[in-house]
Amino acid sequence: MWDYIKLAVLGLVVVVAAVAASMARDLAYLVHMLVIILAAVITFIWVIRRIGEPAPVANANEYMDGPIRYGVIATAFWGVVGFLVGVVIAAQLTWPQLNFEWVQGYLNFGRLRPLHTSAVIFAFGGNALIASAFYVVQRTSAARLFGGGLAWFVFWGYQLFIVMAATGYVLGSTQGNEYAEPEWLTDLWLTIVWVAFLLVFMGTIIKRREPHIYVANWFYMAFIITVAMLHLVNNLAIPVSVFGSKSVPVWSGVQSAMIQWWYGHNAVGFFLTAGFLGMMYYFIPKQAERPVYSYKLSIMHFWALIFLYIWAGPHHLHYTALPDWAQTLGMTFSIMLWMPSWGGMINGLMTLSGAWDKLRTDPIIRMMVVSVGFYGMATFEGPMMSIKAVNSLSHYTDWTVGHVHSGALGWNGMITFGMLYYLVPKLWQRQGLYSLSLVSWHFWLATIGIVLYAASMWVTGIMEGLMWREVDAQGFLVNSFADTVAAKFPMYVVRTLGGVLFLTGAVIMCYNLWKTVTSSPRRDAAPAAAAVPAE
Amino acid sequence: METYTWLRTFADSWHLLFMFCFFIGVFIFILRPGANKVHDDTANMIFRNDDKPGGGNTGPSTGGRNNPKEAR
Repeated sequence: MWDYIKLAVLGLVVVVAAVAASMARDLAYLVHMLVIILAAVITFIWVIRRIGEPAPVANANEYMDGPIRYGVIATAFWGVVGFLVGVVIAAQLTWPQLNFEWVQGYLNFGRLRPLHTSAVIFAFGGNALIASAFYVVQRTSAARLFGGGLAWFVFWGYQLFIVMAATGYVLGSTQGNEYAEPEWLTDLWLTIVWVAFLLVFMGTIIKRREPHIYVANWFYMAFIITVAMLHLVNNLAIPVSVFGSKSVPVWSGVQSAMIQWWYGHNAVGFFLTAGFLGMMYYFIPKQAERPVYSYKLSIMHFWALIFLYIWAGPHHLHYTALPDWAQTLGMTFSIMLWMPSWGGMINGLMTLSGAWDKLRTDPIIRMMVVSVGFYGMATFEGPMMSIKAVNSLSHYTDWTVGHVHSGALGWNGMITFGMLYYLVPKLWQRQGLYSLSLVSWHFWLATIGIVLYAASMWVTGIMEGLMWREVDAQGFLVNSFADTVAAKFPMYVVRTLGGVLFLTGAVIMCYNLWKTVTSSPRRDAAPAAAAVPAE
Repeated sequence: METYTWLRTFADSWHLLFMFCFFIGVFIFILRPGANKVHDDTANMIFRNDDKPGGGNTGPSTGGRNNPKEAR
């Protein structure tokens, strides 16, 4: 009966989407409707082929790892896609001829840039967060995922969101708000998927068998709930037509700017920090085989982080129309944020106390430690850049870009790679990774890539900031904007090279993980041959 | 009174006080006497239930080459 309802709903979706496609007012909307039709048809065929089969019995004494395996694959796939687009746009900035005339308006820098940011943050980072949240919440709650097939809906629904967002950017459907580019239709779909994600996660927490909620789950909860709140408030918009992708935002003027950066900075604070801290607090202790250094400190880290982060957004609007008190508030909270961030960094690093030798033997731990190190460096650099005097030099320069990437490549990237190396042998029941020396190769390529990236952006950012403000004895500006662009060329070449190294490392990782799944010996094979457990 | 005005007044008086007290209260609660045992137990929770819900720590479970051990 349930299957027939599903088929009816999917059929209805196809008909409605087909009608909407025929009425479409712009290309992006048309493509989105075709994507929806395709997704619904595939799901329809999948359901109808299984009709009449006995419903699969979910064993409550087993973890539900299917969606996590898919999430791991999606993380690796979108990671490579996102890094590749990043290298392409870095090259486009270096050599503008790469903005080819024949794809002008589709694959030029302006269209590809949001594709890159969203691919790495939401596709690579988002899939890593969803997969690891599902993994961690089951293990720390000693309970199977809540909601049966709902976890599958979260996974596939999120992939549909990514495809809709990506096609929208290339075809010019965008709200123009950084990190919140998707238009209303895509936003609504993400809202539905996100509520399902929250239900699965909270349901699992509620039916947990452990008396306490492990600190990683607190971070994941803060991440899911806050991102939901930010997404809803920042994307309040009225569609011009239900058959077009354009919408008009409810907010205007400086309120709009403030809400956008309240959203934008907390996308960093709760998506890229809180969620990934959840990963850190689970996977670093697991890989080090030691409990977290101080559990008390981890709870303080959590509460201080969420209490302070939410106020830091105004530092993106220094010296704008935003009232001075709001700018100062944002700056003050950003500086205070240094404390919990470094508390968390120390907690992560000191988890290895007494096991520092693992740094020599275990490249995965090395990756995780470097990641926490970059977390510390980025959370020192950020508060410093939020100081108004520093910001007057750094704002709108490439220094900001370098800061974001030392956080994103160093902290988010490295901890995610560490997580993938930990998870793949576990999820596919392998004894270990295919090759640890390939992990070392990945580690060094990625680290050198990040160092090249961050260093070149510091140089070019500070140079650019100084050139913009340089005045001669009569008070005239010395440099034209084009002069600063020309002076950046060598640093842009270095940055592109750094990106290529990072991408190469990620490709090596994919090969290593692929070989782990296909040719590494199974976990249960070796012990079974030696002896039968007496149980 | 205008909505903005009373919300503004409430936000920087009673609500500010509430958030401050809540924040300090969290820290006092974390440092309460007798919490060490709970925190130790919770910090070690991740070494249980690795393969099955409630199945304890069975079989070689780490992704690396080392045998797992409950760290204390």
